[in-house]
Amino acid sequence: MRVFHFSEQPYPPAWLPELKSLRVDLPSRYLDPKIMADLYERYIDEWVLADQLGFDVMVNEHHASATCVSSVAAVTLSILARVTKRARILTLGYPIGNRLDPVRVAEELAMIDVISRGRLEMGFVRGVPTEIPVAVRSGVTQVERFWEAHDLILKALTSIDGPFDWQGEHFQYRNVNVWPRCYQAPHPPVWITGRSPANVREIAEKGYVLGTFLSGYQTREIFDNYRNARLERGLSPAGPDRFSYLGLVAIAETRKEAERRAETMQKWLTSVALVSEPFGNPPGYFSVNDSARMLRARGGLKGKTKDGKVVDSLHGTLPELIDAGIMFCGTPDDVHRQLAEFREGVGGLGNFLMMAHAADLSHEETVEQITLFGKEVLPRLQAAEVPKQAVLA
Amino acid sequence: MTATITSATVAGARIELLRQGSGRPILFLHPHIGVERALPFIERLSGAGEVLAPSHPGFGESERPAGVTSIDDISYVYLQLLQQLDLRDVLVVGSSLGAWIALAMAVKSTERVSQLVLADAVGVKFGARDQLDFADIYAIPEKKFIELAYHDRSFAQRDYMTMSDAELVVVARNNESTARYAWSPYMYDPRLRHLLYRIAVPTLILWGAGDRFASVDYGRHYAGAISGATFMEIANAGHFPHIEQPEATTAAIVAFARRHTAAGQHKGITEQGAFAPCISPISEGKF
Repeated sequence: MRVFHFSEQPYPPAWLPELKSLRVDLPSRYLDPKIMADLYERYIDEWVLADQLGFDVMVNEHHASATCVSSVAAVTLSILARVTKRARILTLGYPIGNRLDPVRVAEELAMIDVISRGRLEMGFVRGVPTEIPVAVRSGVTQVERFWEAHDLILKALTSIDGPFDWQGEHFQYRNVNVWPRCYQAPHPPVWITGRSPANVREIAEKGYVLGTFLSGYQTREIFDNYRNARLERGLSPAGPDRFSYLGLVAIAETRKEAERRAETMQKWLTSVALVSEPFGNPPGYFSVNDSARMLRARGGLKGKTKDGKVVDSLHGTLPELIDAGIMFCGTPDDVHRQLAEFREGVGGLGNFLMMAHAADLSHEETVEQITLFGKEVLPRLQAAEVPKQAVLA
Repeated sequence: MTATITSATVAGARIELLRQGSGRPILFLHPHIGVERALPFIERLSGAGEVLAPSHPGFGESERPAGVTSIDDISYVYLQLLQQLDLRDVLVVGSSLGAWIALAMAVKSTERVSQLVLADAVGVKFGARDQLDFADIYAIPEKKFIELAYHDRSFAQRDYMTMSDAELVVVARNNESTARYAWSPYMYDPRLRHLLYRIAVPTLILWGAGDRFASVDYGRHYAGAISGATFMEIANAGHFPHIEQPEATTAAIVAFARRHTAAGQHKGITEQGAFAPCISPISEGKF
């Protein structure tokens, strides 16, 4: 199993109790650039440490947010491409349905792939609803734009025999000719996040790595959709390396200390939903039928425990979050046991996206967490025999 | 008598069409909130002719013809509808986003349109580039929109908890379609302002005196930009005078239509009198 160290690069000093919205409309006056400079520096240091300890690394992107001040993933990726030595560098990812210029995306990714000497893992995401209000284009046709941008980026990255033209529904270009060409041939591995059956099927057909976040043991259903979609089409069975899952990790020498850290990190979960009302359900993001239902009641992010109990992924209690596999918490033995159980429970998991930093967990605590996990848990996960082929439910 | 729900197939898509009354055709183009709450107004207006009130492509129960992604595209759908039904001497009445559609039709052809009524219209940009001409419905809660758009908020009440699933789907379709056509540029077409010289039929600009979504000042700019347009405020109304003051709104429309028919002025109104243009300087201003 590969484990990716991930931080959202937050700015916790602005997470003030009186603020009802931490994204889209929170004035940047709340951010002190001198403090942010220190934060960026420590976050990068933590990624470098993770690289040294045998982790891979992951970066994401959000806009106009105090919960994730990674507004241009390419900037962090570029730095990591140079300052890390061996880790795979994952972006999960680029919100290509919102981007106006997919060829520019291809150029950024190609440069990062070359600078890192072929260590880029190229993740594309649709992005959360709250990204729509800061995007130029609406949620309507976002999925169409996502896939057209995907097609164009892949063609741009793999065309090495001179310029091509593109006259699509949403994007039009002439003389597309990306320099440099990718370090990895034919292109860096593609990852895409998904949860709905239709979306997961499309990702499965293409054989990309599927990303899921905070879905707990419900992840089993999501992964099974992927596995079944491939089998139904007569495609090669999906191995564990096609699956990734993001969960929180609170680890310490004692359970008591781990739980204290977990409580700090839970602040991130509750902050996710803090956004002004109109930005939560932008028109076109959800289907008409889902939007109609949401007029009566807002949905939430839900996960399931191993026993099928539904847990609120953002507001669940710590024991609920642990039962659901949303938070992995305790001593190194506890965390290893929980993760091994989870890996089995979802039918095989090749990539764990480890959120060992969240909210205002300090640099020292984060370093301790990464170090403890890296020394006590990571070797055991890597040594464990990974089933060659995931077993279908 | 109530409105009859019919449909027409235009550009391969089924367009829901309410019809009520008889006589001179009146095309009513609804605002972004849909046609439902216009029914009392349509009933009154049907005393002056046959009201045809389509649900715009993607709104209500209407399908969306392939390739229709803008207000400009919708204007062709309705010009085609007038042609298919062979309607002539049509009075077009548009509210808000519907008025935008009416204007987009009129700059293309008024062959079948003899008069234009634009109520609290959107669709043309007059203000500064770093300021929206109207409040951003995608950045304010619905409650705030209601405060801005209604003189009397009781007209706005919608209880999602008691609405049927089918009704909620219509609300969701209307929301999605509005975003499709008006998300960006927000509620306007940059080309339209430069095409207003094409409007050559008598035009009445109605404005709710209490409209704080699209201000009365904005309305005066609108009137000033259309040659020969008459500007008139409707008291005790916000952004939707046809909902809040159906009687006064109908009376204003009927009086305007009769005066022009009596005067025989169907084209190129530039004369003085009751319909003298309400000229406001077009300038970069605040609304």
